[in-house]
Amino acid sequence: MSDSLAITKFSDLANPTRFLALVGKVVPWLAAITAILFAVGLYLAFTTEGDYQQGDTVRIMYVHVPSAWLAMMCYTVMAVSAIGTLVWRHPLADVSHKAAAPLGAAFTLLALVTGSLWGKPMWGTWWTWGDARLTSVFILFLMYLGLIALNRAIADPSRAARVSSVLILVGFVNIPIIKFSVEWWNTLHQKASVLRLDGPTIDPEFLRPLLVMAIAFTLLFFTLHFLAMRNEILRRRVTAQRRMAARMASRGDAA
Amino acid sequence: MKYAFYVYTSYGVATFVILCLIAWVWLDGRGRRKDLAELEASGFRRRSAQPTVESPAKGEGT
Amino acid sequence: MTALLLRDIKLSVRAGGGALIGVLFFIAVVAVIPFGVGPDLNLLSRIGPAIVWIGALLSALLGLDRMFQNDREDGSLDLMLMQEHPLVLTVLIKCLAHWLGNGLPLVIASPLLGLFMNMNEVAIGATMLTLLVGTPALTFIGAVGAAVAVALPRGGLLVAIVVLPLAIPVLIFGVSAAYAAVEEPAPFLPPFLILVAITMFFAVLGPLGAALALRNAGD
Repeated sequence: MSDSLAITKFSDLANPTRFLALVGKVVPWLAAITAILFAVGLYLAFTTEGDYQQGDTVRIMYVHVPSAWLAMMCYTVMAVSAIGTLVWRHPLADVSHKAAAPLGAAFTLLALVTGSLWGKPMWGTWWTWGDARLTSVFILFLMYLGLIALNRAIADPSRAARVSSVLILVGFVNIPIIKFSVEWWNTLHQKASVLRLDGPTIDPEFLRPLLVMAIAFTLLFFTLHFLAMRNEILRRRVTAQRRMAARMASRGDAA
Repeated sequence: MKYAFYVYTSYGVATFVILCLIAWVWLDGRGRRKDLAELEASGFRRRSAQPTVESPAKGEGT
Repeated sequence: MTALLLRDIKLSVRAGGGALIGVLFFIAVVAVIPFGVGPDLNLLSRIGPAIVWIGALLSALLGLDRMFQNDREDGSLDLMLMQEHPLVLTVLIKCLAHWLGNGLPLVIASPLLGLFMNMNEVAIGATMLTLLVGTPALTFIGAVGAAVAVALPRGGLLVAIVVLPLAIPVLIFGVSAAYAAVEEPAPFLPPFLILVAITMFFAVLGPLGAALALRNAGD
């Protein structure tokens, strides 16, 4: 990394040009490491033994658990960015949580789909409202979609960022409430056996591919997040320049 | 392999979703670059993109 | 502050305010359910508390978008932003007024709907009590959504989308407390107290978030 690229102060990150340069340097490495980890993770996922109880469906865990983890982590990243937007008026924070929302929605959807594909052979049903995890993740999915809708509804990007930050933070407080409440609800009403994803004791045999896949997914998220942020910055430049061009054109007409 | 359908479907869905994300990011990025190049070609350039490198930040587009 | 409270209540009760429409919508939603599930009285009495709660939730959402929009249109929102009282307090007062105008009528109408749904007296009482405690939380959560969407042309739908996920805990505990009062083994008090706690929690968080959103939505 050359000297001019070094982030010496936190505030230097606020310079989008410098951020773009950093993205250009970092992303190829990140993408390469992600690809290698995915190769290793997939190899491990399909060569390790199946669980004696769950059979081969345990292999679904290697995509399900990392995407569920990302669904939560992405929201946390967004909440941190939201604080950045509201407290420091950090221009990159605006871009960050806007770019993260579709990624979070995608990984949450992935967690839901793989979860129900795992649930069908194991529990005999695609979906159950009785389980805390399922319902709370579904609500998380709805919240992502709501945030995307809100961001699309407000034309001015800076105001959209500030307003959706408020919503992100309020929603973040709600996540533990949802979790607790549905567990409560569960104990009151669900007479069926309590279904848990963390049921089987994690054996090193499963832990190794799971960890590799989790790291691969996390790096994939950051790669995509950086690139999506770059796209968002470029989009804002394009709109700003179009506006400037239009202004100059009209001034030229007037003259 | 028992339950192969479920395992392969879930991996298939995961691959599909991730490929969609990558395609979205890729195409979006290409489109924006093209827009910028067009603007540049038509004679507009960023004030900070002038010969003097590293002009102070101007909080672009926010 | 009292003047603001009285003014807002008057506005919401007056013709053109949302209070009456909200109650009518509530009754309509609940009355539609038997047509959908059939006139099986046992089934109706079993799902009754849940249906009444969902109806109340939906009609609470209905009136939310007007909470700050009227004030924005006639300019009084700018006055509220500028005055020396803390904005959070103003928002809290507005929430209370909105609840008195739109939430309380729902609570009062709920026993009638309980009769429609063939619920027994205990269930009706429990549903009414949980609604009384739970609907303020809906208003407080809704205030955040209303503040977020205040400057949007078609904010109403967006408010509903944004607020619904946040309102789910309220719904869960409201319904489970109402059921616990009817079904023997389950204790009534724990879910009810959690509902109270949620309401109090959102009474703090809601106005804070709404004030923050209003300040940021303005310029």
